[in-house]
Amino acid sequence: MYNFDVEKPTSIADAVAALGREEAQPMSGGQTLIPTLKARLAMPSVLVSLRGIDEMQGICTDDQGRLCIGGGTLHAVVAKEAAAQYPALAGLAARIGDPAVRNRGTIGGSVANNDPSACYPSAVLASGATVVTNAREIAADDFFEGMFATALEEGEIVTEVKFPIPEKAHYEKFIQPASRFPLVAVFVAKFGDGVRVAVTGASEDGVFRWTDAEAALSSNFDAGAIEGLTVDGSGMISDLHGSGDYRAHLVGVMTKRAVAALS
Amino acid sequence: MPKDGGIGASSKRREDVRFLTGEGNYTDDINLNGQAYVFFLRSDIAHGTLNSVDTSAAEAMPGVVKIFTGADFEAVGSIPCGWQVTDKHGEAMQEPRHPVLAHGKVRHVGEPIAAVVAESLGEARDAAEAIEVDISELPAVVDMKEAVKDGAPKVHDDLTSNLCYDWGFVEENKGAVDQAFKDAAHVTTLELVNNRLVANPMEPRVAVGDYARGTGDHTLYTTSQNPHVIRLLMGAFVLGIPEHKLRVVAPDVGGGFGTKIFHYQEEAFCTFAAKACNRPVKWTSSRSEAFMSDAHGRDHVTKIQMALDADNNFTALRTDTYANMGAYLSTFAPSVPTWLHGTLMAGNYKTPLIYVNVKAVFTNTVPVDAYRGAGRPEATYQLERLVDKCAHELGVDPIALRRQNFITEFPYATPVAVEYDTGDYVATMDKLEEISDMAGFNARRAASEAKGKLRGFGVNCYIEACGIAPSNLVGQLGARAGLYESATVRVNATGGLVVMTGSHSHGQGHETAFPQVIAEMIGIPEEMVEIVHGDTANTPMGMGTYGSRSLAVGGSAMVRATEKIIAKAKKIASHLLEASEGDIELKDGAFSVAGTDKSVAWGDVTLAAYVPHNYPLEDIEPGLEETAFYDPANFTYPSGAYACEVELDPETGQVTIERFAAADDFGNIVNPMIVTGQVHGGLAQGIGQALMENCTYDSDGQLLSASYMDYAIPRASDLPFYTVDHSCQTPCTHNPLGVKGCGEAGAIGSPPAVVNAVLDAMRSGGKDVGHIDMPVTPARVWAAMNG
Ligand SMILES: Cc1cc2nc3c(=O)[nH]c(=O)nc-3n(C[C@H](O)[C@H](O)[C@H](O)COP(=O)(O)OP(=O)(O)OC[C@H]3O[C@@H](n4cnc5c(N)ncnc54)[C@H](O)[C@@H]3O)c2cc1C
Repeated sequence: MYNFDVEKPTSIADAVAALGREEAQPMSGGQTLIPTLKARLAMPSVLVSLRGIDEMQGICTDDQGRLCIGGGTLHAVVAKEAAAQYPALAGLAARIGDPAVRNRGTIGGSVANNDPSACYPSAVLASGATVVTNAREIAADDFFEGMFATALEEGEIVTEVKFPIPEKAHYEKFIQPASRFPLVAVFVAKFGDGVRVAVTGASEDGVFRWTDAEAALSSNFDAGAIEGLTVDGSGMISDLHGSGDYRAHLVGVMTKRAVAALS
Repeated sequence: MPKDGGIGASSKRREDVRFLTGEGNYTDDINLNGQAYVFFLRSDIAHGTLNSVDTSAAEAMPGVVKIFTGADFEAVGSIPCGWQVTDKHGEAMQEPRHPVLAHGKVRHVGEPIAAVVAESLGEARDAAEAIEVDISELPAVVDMKEAVKDGAPKVHDDLTSNLCYDWGFVEENKGAVDQAFKDAAHVTTLELVNNRLVANPMEPRVAVGDYARGTGDHTLYTTSQNPHVIRLLMGAFVLGIPEHKLRVVAPDVGGGFGTKIFHYQEEAFCTFAAKACNRPVKWTSSRSEAFMSDAHGRDHVTKIQMALDADNNFTALRTDTYANMGAYLSTFAPSVPTWLHGTLMAGNYKTPLIYVNVKAVFTNTVPVDAYRGAGRPEATYQLERLVDKCAHELGVDPIALRRQNFITEFPYATPVAVEYDTGDYVATMDKLEEISDMAGFNARRAASEAKGKLRGFGVNCYIEACGIAPSNLVGQLGARAGLYESATVRVNATGGLVVMTGSHSHGQGHETAFPQVIAEMIGIPEEMVEIVHGDTANTPMGMGTYGSRSLAVGGSAMVRATEKIIAKAKKIASHLLEASEGDIELKDGAFSVAGTDKSVAWGDVTLAAYVPHNYPLEDIEPGLEETAFYDPANFTYPSGAYACEVELDPETGQVTIERFAAADDFGNIVNPMIVTGQVHGGLAQGIGQALMENCTYDSDGQLLSASYMDYAIPRASDLPFYTVDHSCQTPCTHNPLGVKGCGEAGAIGSPPAVVNAVLDAMRSGGKDVGHIDMPVTPARVWAAMNG
């Protein structure tokens, strides 16, 4: 690591002010950021820790019935406290990394980082959630902009994520054997007015909605409905763990399994 | 009734108390007064001309003590290779110079170019970033078959090619083998890859060099499996320090798996720099450095063929292997694909004619050397995959084909130069059929199929050679060392014993198992015996631990020394009991006169040795301390039969191990619980190789699997509950304990069973692909199923 200063604001307003400093960067659980710093791949001069901000912690329900999760909420807390209202989301959180990761890592950090293999972005996108920042509210469909890219501006922080709760939903994760991040994972959410299917781990453009499957499942919510549908392997990640074609194939399998789990 | 002490008891591992409570003393726990820290600047280019290394800006950085480059080591010896292989034309292998720090050229990603010694690791690292390195990149050679083609870029400009040696074994048999293939009723051919692995001990390597200016004494603390070997190699060949001025200490070592046998540059550097800087110098490998600087394992590409007669008897075997050496020759690298591999190609079978060809190749990759099993897993994998393929081509049962060709009479001289002393391959196969519940397989397969899964069953046998080895034999084969082992047994006045052993424990449990042997011999509690190892200052010259040799060779040395102790103690007892020496018996910790009720306790005899008031001083010396060096008459030959049962998800290609059974013959067993643990660990590594682990480079020589994000090692949830049995015991005939060695069997015996089971599952799903390379990842299975 290179040397840096640390700021520990206790309010969102103070955090935003601290992030105004030259070369400042927010830090939540540090589960992605600390390894990056240790490998000397980043050189922030100030780290602004968001951990002490109470207003970014915890889970509640708003008057529209949405599950509102503070940006600083740990994976382990979501795994436990969202289990009754949104079991698919809680189950996703429960299978991120290992206990140490789940007790440091946060939903805000995961969503802001938008790793192409991260779990949360698929839930956010499939749920049609709203990402709340210190400055505005951003619809999930507008938030994720490709590998490690989001609509966040410099110094903008994710303070909360609001999830409409689907009638039913399921997250099907096929792990990359080394990292245990998803090699391909699919989040299927069935709402009264249609089905949303979000895929992570697969595409070079990061998390995406599989609209063909959504259309087919919206008219017939059955695993058989997507039989014959395929995604194109050419835009898929190809690496030592699997070719683009393999990932494209897994998108279909994981989607079918998610739907089957709900039928 | 299980015994509660001595040979055969499952005594709990006493060393675990300190390991599991955080009280171990590992090399990184050693911090010396005034210690400075070293950071190695390593090449991120696989192959290039090193034009210049400019340290001037870095020297001025805060905290810098001294910066070293390759030029500082020009007068220092090359990191030596401990084994010289002679090729099929009778020529010595090509042996390149291996500098402590790169000089003139860089030859693999991770090779150290410069070393910064500073007050703190952070400052050392900051300064390293200020070093300006000018490298002209050259095309890298990564693929072995490309590397030996004419015109391929040369890893070492002063060698004639990238071919280290072209070894034929037994060269004189080649004509007869080829003729047998011409005469064969059936020939089965298989081409396969034995995947490159990273050892990944839990504790990364560490070295701390220390120098006492007042006496000129050097000390190196290091994570080694064999401190005496490091002292000799580094002292005599690299730095020119005589043994009596160099002490090497390998304290608690957190796993080795072979990769901590070798003498590494970082050890020589820290020893050298401690004197140059006149203060202790410490290096602790990061996990990232471990991936690109610890010697890797395996990495063979093989074509193997079996000739059979019309009755399915094996008539001849021939193999053609390319073995990766990496960029330099690591300490025992040349011996692994030759003497530890070619000599095992007979396996459990009476194939009369065998010819093995091995081409060892230099590439721009990390050096490759012994890794758990070293050569024997490569031999077992190709042979046992081939035998399975034979069976399927011939439409016969794979187990029946094996049984038909088993060696059944011992001793058995193989056509590949070794003589198996004992074994009973029928018994281990019978045991395997029982413990793997073969009879229930069809029902289990039906249950899997009802869930949309495929189920496969695979078996293999193995034979291996442990307890390396008769020194005169290995000398003829090119070893530049003897391979005996040593022990000093010191009895204290009040009867307790300390054994100073040349073996080294880095997880094996010697501190528990060795005392069990002495407790049995004397008839005293195990707690009265303490084991000391790992320090050249207080142990006799020993060759260390690898090749499952500790109990067979080191334990035998301890037995021999203890026999000398007992012989002397009987003399003392005969004096005390006023009886003739021939009538003295030792039992349950007391000496008695045969046929009488006269006896004297062990502790009274030992006290007399050190307080010799009533003592035959005219005949024997006071004191009770003996040393023995044991040089084995032969290797030991553990063997066994393994079965793996997998479930395969045809939609994703995911393979899960549902059951795994191992029936081993390790000869006599001292501590069954430790043996079971050793088998479990070996199986985890073998299954890891078969399903998950893969060290890969791209064509530019960049390491793709350079961290745990991409290098998959198995976790508990990836492994089944094993069924392990070692009740089949044919004791070794030539060591005093009748033991064979159990440390590597699991890793040697398991990969073929896994792959055979996967192929069986695929066949049951209507897909006969003939072969699939390890690691059998979901992506590979899916591609094979849909190819
Ligand atoms: C061993 C291991 C296994 C893992 N396995 C998985 C897995 O299976 N699935 C998975 O999805 N993830 C996995 N992760 C990643 C984990 O979920 C991380 O916690 C997460 O990606 C980042 O969250 P964090 O709170 O630690 O963020 P940090 O590491 O603190 O920050 C990550 C990035 O986001 C920025 N940031 C942090 N918080 C905010 C915020 N509130 N607003 C704006 N920007 C912010 C930081 O500046 C940084 O750039 C794993 C991590 C590890 C170490």
